[in-house]
Amino acid sequence: MVSIPFPVVRPLKPVGIWGWLTTIDHKKIGVLYGTTAFILFLTGGVEALLIRLQLAIPNNTLIAPEVYNQLFTMHGTTMIFLAIMPLGAAFFNFVIPLQIGARDVAFPRLNAFSFWTFLAGAIILKMSWVLGGAPNAGWFGYAPITGKIFNLGHGIDFWIVGLQVLGVASLAAAFNFIVTIVNMRAPGLTLMRMPIFTWMTLITSILLVLAFPVITVALIELMFDRTFGTVFFVTSGGGDPLLWQHLFWVFGHPEVYILILPAMGIISEIIPTFSRKPIFGYNVVVLSGVIIGFLGWMVWSHHMFTVGLGPIANSIFAITTMLIAIPTGVKIFNWIATLWKGSIDLKSPMLYSIGFIVLFVIGGLSGTMHSSAASDAQQQDTYFIVAHIHYVLFGGSLFAIFAGIHYWFPKVTGRLMNELSGRISFLLLFVGMNITFFPMHFLGLDGMPRRTYTYSSEMGWDLWNLVATLGVFFIIAAVLLFLHNVTRSWRKGEKADSDPWDGRTLEWSIPSPVPEYNFVEIPIVKSRDDFWEKKRSGDTAEIELNLREPTGDIHLPQPSYWPAFASLGMLIGGFGLVYLLDSMLGLLAAVVGGMIIMISIYAWSFEPVNDPDVSGHH
Amino acid sequence: MANLNTTHSEHEEHTTTGLNNRKMLMWAFLGSDCMFFAALIATYVIYSGQIVGGGPVPEDVFSIPVTSVSTFVLLMSSMSMVLAYSALVRGQIKNFQIWILSTAFLGMTFIGFQVFEFRDFVLHGLTPKTNLFGSTFFVLTGFHGAHVTLGIIWLLSLYFFSLRGGVTPERHLDVDLAALYWHFVDVVWIVIFTVVYLLGVFPGI
Amino acid sequence: MGCTPDHPQSTFNVAGPVAESQLTLFYWILAAAVFVFVIVTAILFWAVFRYRRKVSDKDPEQIHGNTKLEIAWTILPAIILVFVAIPTVITIFDNANSPCTYEEGCLEVTVEAAQWFWNFTYKDPSNPDLEVMTSNEMRIPVDEVVNIRLTSRDVLHSFWIPNIAGKLDIVPNHVNTMWIQSNIEGEFYAQCAEFCGIAHALMSFRVYADSRDEFNEWMKLQATEASIPAEPLALEGKKLFEGEKQCYACHKVMGTKARSNVGPDLTHVASRTQLAAGILDNTQDNLRKWLEDPESIKPGNKMARQATVYTDETKKLNDPEISALVAYLQTLK
Repeated sequence: MVSIPFPVVRPLKPVGIWGWLTTIDHKKIGVLYGTTAFILFLTGGVEALLIRLQLAIPNNTLIAPEVYNQLFTMHGTTMIFLAIMPLGAAFFNFVIPLQIGARDVAFPRLNAFSFWTFLAGAIILKMSWVLGGAPNAGWFGYAPITGKIFNLGHGIDFWIVGLQVLGVASLAAAFNFIVTIVNMRAPGLTLMRMPIFTWMTLITSILLVLAFPVITVALIELMFDRTFGTVFFVTSGGGDPLLWQHLFWVFGHPEVYILILPAMGIISEIIPTFSRKPIFGYNVVVLSGVIIGFLGWMVWSHHMFTVGLGPIANSIFAITTMLIAIPTGVKIFNWIATLWKGSIDLKSPMLYSIGFIVLFVIGGLSGTMHSSAASDAQQQDTYFIVAHIHYVLFGGSLFAIFAGIHYWFPKVTGRLMNELSGRISFLLLFVGMNITFFPMHFLGLDGMPRRTYTYSSEMGWDLWNLVATLGVFFIIAAVLLFLHNVTRSWRKGEKADSDPWDGRTLEWSIPSPVPEYNFVEIPIVKSRDDFWEKKRSGDTAEIELNLREPTGDIHLPQPSYWPAFASLGMLIGGFGLVYLLDSMLGLLAAVVGGMIIMISIYAWSFEPVNDPDVSGHH
Repeated sequence: MANLNTTHSEHEEHTTTGLNNRKMLMWAFLGSDCMFFAALIATYVIYSGQIVGGGPVPEDVFSIPVTSVSTFVLLMSSMSMVLAYSALVRGQIKNFQIWILSTAFLGMTFIGFQVFEFRDFVLHGLTPKTNLFGSTFFVLTGFHGAHVTLGIIWLLSLYFFSLRGGVTPERHLDVDLAALYWHFVDVVWIVIFTVVYLLGVFPGI
Repeated sequence: MGCTPDHPQSTFNVAGPVAESQLTLFYWILAAAVFVFVIVTAILFWAVFRYRRKVSDKDPEQIHGNTKLEIAWTILPAIILVFVAIPTVITIFDNANSPCTYEEGCLEVTVEAAQWFWNFTYKDPSNPDLEVMTSNEMRIPVDEVVNIRLTSRDVLHSFWIPNIAGKLDIVPNHVNTMWIQSNIEGEFYAQCAEFCGIAHALMSFRVYADSRDEFNEWMKLQATEASIPAEPLALEGKKLFEGEKQCYACHKVMGTKARSNVGPDLTHVASRTQLAAGILDNTQDNLRKWLEDPESIKPGNKMARQATVYTDETKKLNDPEISALVAYLQTLK
């Protein structure tokens, strides 16, 4: 064996901050994603609160238009890229290896790199607020107003670089989960025996792999316009704003399925568990997910119905958009059929799931209204769209995330969240969400355009804007109560055993919290809902084994510095790219960042393997 | 990248499909890179023929004979890559070193041609700022060139590594992964050469 | 509710065929949506109520699926969607193809949208000799097809008169076209509906549908040059406008030295009902306020940010100057 003198020894069992910085354990990484993303979710909520305070009354002067434009841009960008996506990643990370009977993901260091790079992207984006101004052209950054002529400051540059860095993180995670799910399943766990959440994660990861590069190219072209004077979107040079829109939405539409499929996966776990019945129509639910993933590539121009593509294009995209409503509806019917004749336990996860169904149906139906290009001409760019977005993303994705947190909290922490507090939070969130967003349907149909920092009283929009703002306070109460529940239960919640919900899938067959090695012995899967089947048929030897201490050594990979170090390079390089033309410092930062990344890649590749005699033993 | 050591012996590691994890990773990555180039090529194609405000067009600057040579060089580099891998698998380390070094040199030659070509275009008045042709052409071929360059660095790393005895037949996967990447980058160039150069000068084809 | 037709930008208050077709389609889909929602939530709530867990519960039957049901609830939504798709496509084509193009003898208005105001240039086959270009207020003949050509001077905008028609975006380097028609005489509010920068929220305009005769009168007026004022204060204002205050640098007044089209045309500004792109009633008081401090009324607007009288402290307009300018502008009927 050749050895290269290596100055940096791979850490053995670091504790404290270093423990977290060098961890490659998917469970720890999941917790890192979850807590970081939740904090960022709160910042996105503050951005929303300020928007709603400004719109509470007509002709308000609380927020100046320049700031307002940054607020709605950052609210959207934060919620989508810094909250919902990484909260989804938190669940992928923690749950997937457990559901497929693996000890970790396929590439543990790459997994850590995904998280730290996500953090780098989040820092780059959020720091823009205090470094001269946040991006201000909306979360889809339409050209040409994002060009240098119309947007001089660095806000848009932060947006571009932040999203590129986040894109790297998302792609790395997607690669990891594809390989993990396809290649690391326990013996006997065929594709059609996988939990629905695992299936949805797989489809989402494939969508990520294929969609992100498209926005990468759009952002590169925009950045080159702004930094190097190319003319991709510069109208005087012949640039076409519609090219930006096409590139963005070819990414952007699969992106919304990236946002909702994991949520649908979570719901597909909770409803069967809390009904004590298997998911109704497993094959169809899986197939629907696949079809949605596929059809999702054929609908993008429904975001562009009013840009003048012509009646033929508009008709085609209207039809494809209506088509995609079918597999979506089919999933909903299957969830209801799962409940039917079940034994339904209305604990918090189930409450949020039922809330999800109601709210997502509303969002889906308003989506169907948008799909009709002709009548969409009255709805596009109004609050009717804002209502639709929030019903599917807040009522949909976010409710599923809250459901998932309640559901898997005992597995992560070994304790239960407080049930009464959970139910009150749910009620407050459900009521608040509807008070805030339902009136927006009226405002849109009443002619209120979106992205407007104020309005005049003669429009007749006063009442519903005020109501919408009042709803926000219910949401705030719900979230604060939820936070209190989480933080208190983490330390002092009622202790949970390995299977508090009488679950169906493999993660409930091991102790809570989960030991570092996950399974004493990788289970041999004999059917779908293998854990449930084994429980009910008395075939429990394997289960009992996994609840005890291991008898021999279990080899685990050691922690590593290089993923976080590489992400540091992304952070420094990212800032360098923003300030590239400003001074030598920008160029220097870009170069230094690039070098850190290169060094990390080499070190990562040549890192000495953990000595089986020394590390990760249990 | 080449691994001195792995977590445990790669060829013993059991996977559900039988396909090695890192190989699958490379395929997934190449899938994303496919979409990346597809978007850049789409931008080029959408804007082709739309020159606003003057400046050179493809017929003014392209030299099909010269670019055919560089294309041939890159194709040959794929062949030498195959030979390198084949030599390694049969334990012929010396031959492996010759062929992988050749691949890297052929790649560098290709880049040399590109640098020459870019300089030539600039002298003819075509820069990324000049017009849509300039913007789309330079960004597309520039990013391809960047991919080639990263590949050359990877190949040279493998070469120097093998000088210290670090590349063995058991570690053939490391070279296999580099080869996959290299062939992909070559295939992308074939597409670019056809769509950008050939169709740019002979639109009737 | 949203169904308050008396609100000026309500999509429920339809004045013409395009908006009407869009509203009809909306009601149709709304009906289907409400139907689906009621049924789905009813079944959902019934299931949750009927099958809630009792302590004595044993495991329910582990039903895995039902193919017939799957087929049924795939086909049924598909059928409903066919009934949505067909009227959709028909309406798309109806609204896209003008029933009477300019070549066929109907009015054409070219809209130029700029940050943050509107220019309207008329080509009327019924008034072929009149050259009309005006800003921020559009008049159309009632009961007639009006062909709209949309151009942008800078960034994306969107042309939206909710009572009359759904919107069409205005894309730089493109010319989008649409047709509109109002069958009711009256005043209609319009607003830019694609984010276009700081003052996007305050980029509106008014549309007036008049009888053909009244419209012809208006066209004739708009085509005439500005008259020279008689009253001394107004004359003083004209001198300032065309002189040291440099208003001419951005605003056109036909027949005078002021010929720039950087900003809105002011030739007949006194004949309009609104100021500053549809956001201020056109009164002497408001005009005065606008000239005193445009930034406070329309934050970010280019006049406030670029005109020397607002950017250079030494060149500020004083009260008498404002009075003169107001007097002059009010003669521009």
